[in-house]
Amino acid sequence: MHVHFLDPYRHSHSPIHQLDGRVKFVLAVAFILTCSLTPIAAWAVYILLFALILSVEILSTLGVGYVLKRASLALPFVLAALPVIFTTDGAALFTLPLGNWTLTASATGLEHFISIALKSWLSVQAAIVLAAATPFPELLQAMRSVKIPRLLVAMFGLTWRYLFVLVDEALRLIRARAARSGVSASNQKVKEGGGIIWRAHVAGGMAGNLFLRGFERSDRIYTAMLSRGYDGEVRLMPTHALNNGNKFILMTGIALLGTLLLFGILFWG
Amino acid sequence: MLYSPPPMHIPDGFLSVLVSLILWAISIGAIGYALRRVGKDLGERQVPLMGVLAAAIFAGQMLNFSVAGGTSGHLLGATLATILLGPWAAIIIMTTVVGIQALIFQDGGLLALGANIFNMAVVGVSVSYFAYTSIKKIIGEQKWGLLVNGFISAWLSILIASLAAALELAASGTSPANIAVPAMGGIHALIGIGEGLITVGALAFIYAARRDILQIGSTAQTGGAAIWMTGLGIALLLTIFSPLASAHPDGLEWVAEQKGFLDAAQAPLFEVIPDYVFPGVSNESLATILAGMVGALIVFGMAFGTAYARRSQKAS
Repeated sequence: MHVHFLDPYRHSHSPIHQLDGRVKFVLAVAFILTCSLTPIAAWAVYILLFALILSVEILSTLGVGYVLKRASLALPFVLAALPVIFTTDGAALFTLPLGNWTLTASATGLEHFISIALKSWLSVQAAIVLAAATPFPELLQAMRSVKIPRLLVAMFGLTWRYLFVLVDEALRLIRARAARSGVSASNQKVKEGGGIIWRAHVAGGMAGNLFLRGFERSDRIYTAMLSRGYDGEVRLMPTHALNNGNKFILMTGIALLGTLLLFGILFWG
Repeated sequence: MLYSPPPMHIPDGFLSVLVSLILWAISIGAIGYALRRVGKDLGERQVPLMGVLAAAIFAGQMLNFSVAGGTSGHLLGATLATILLGPWAAIIIMTTVVGIQALIFQDGGLLALGANIFNMAVVGVSVSYFAYTSIKKIIGEQKWGLLVNGFISAWLSILIASLAAALELAASGTSPANIAVPAMGGIHALIGIGEGLITVGALAFIYAARRDILQIGSTAQTGGAAIWMTGLGIALLLTIFSPLASAHPDGLEWVAEQKGFLDAAQAPLFEVIPDYVFPGVSNESLATILAGMVGALIVFGMAFGTAYARRSQKAS
């Protein structure tokens, strides 16, 4: 197995890493929910939420830079919210002549846009910390504790387990294609070989190949499971109760987020 | 080579909570039903088969081909999964793929996951199934028919799923319908061609290597009339409703206003502190700014305090 770059988990002994996976999962979702419910332009609440997630990032020893760099990956989607600047009614800020059209930006529109971008940016940081500070088995346990069906949790577990194997297969296919394709020795951009349809056909063949390999592998896995006593019933490790420290952090976290939300709704709602 | 996210997954913060929760409810219903059906049809082989194929779809999304100007097309896989395994297993597989993308790779939000599952697993799969089975009835099961069918189904499922995403954004007030619908639809009409071509390539390969898998009744279960109708319904609704919504964005604003009843319901909450002003400050906006600054100071202090405590703890 070669693909370690896929697993976002970063091992450490920080307080955040030691926290129970279920507590982290629930608090991350609660944080994202709070971000989404916070009214538009409640800047103070956004800053408080940012400070909160920043503290968690510092405590987690993941490196604030690492989290912020990963968080920027989700930002291109902000483009989808860009038109809202020009379509919301409100005090005109500036106009942008664009051919036959004149776009008028409004202050409320800008507030809307910045709020959406901030909410999204804050939410994705919580998700990054969750994924980077929680080993996948603990995430599975957290999924079970919020009553996601056992079969689905087992699917997640199995998919995760074989993801690395199949990504390795995909990388081998890509390597084989690269080995059979010409590349210019000088760093110049050369025209790709074949037409788009031909190239798509090759990539499609690789995808079909990957699927068939997956099919055949699943057969072997099934017989291996059978030989180890699998009878169609999905059994998972029993979960243990939360200890008091974790319970306390869970309650405090939810209370804090609830207070922030109330604060936002009372002042800016 | 790093994992590059497909563009259709909506991050958190872009959908209103109401829209998110409604789509979560629909997705949970669909997943629950699909889980029951899959258990009946595939039996005990289901877990390894679906788990590995979900991993295969995930890995298959890394296989790309260059289109032009540095852009590349790649597989999303809903149609391929539907054709190979039938709609119910495909819904579970796509749910797993989208779920892991959100949970592990932050590709799509957690609160928005319900919406992303709805777009990719429910809309993507049911439209694929509807298109594939209908076209198969018309042009039959010979090789060229299969390939043409695969292309159209894949293209249509991508396009309709993107329209669903655009309308969700519009209903959340994030992006106006008259811009979001043509923009998303236009981009995905192109992305859909890539998806269609790569699906055709995959089908052609499987047709040559393992034709038995493609025969209905081997592994793929039939979905029955229910999912066919769902696919037809979604496809019709979205193709008719999207241009309407984009021509009359007021229609969606009306929906948003109806949504306002929730805000109205919250009104008594505001009465707790009527005409609140910051103590000693009469100007309302000044009070807001002050409150913001005080808050910012407090919690930045908290963040730096944590960092400091952490450092001194390390030093000792």
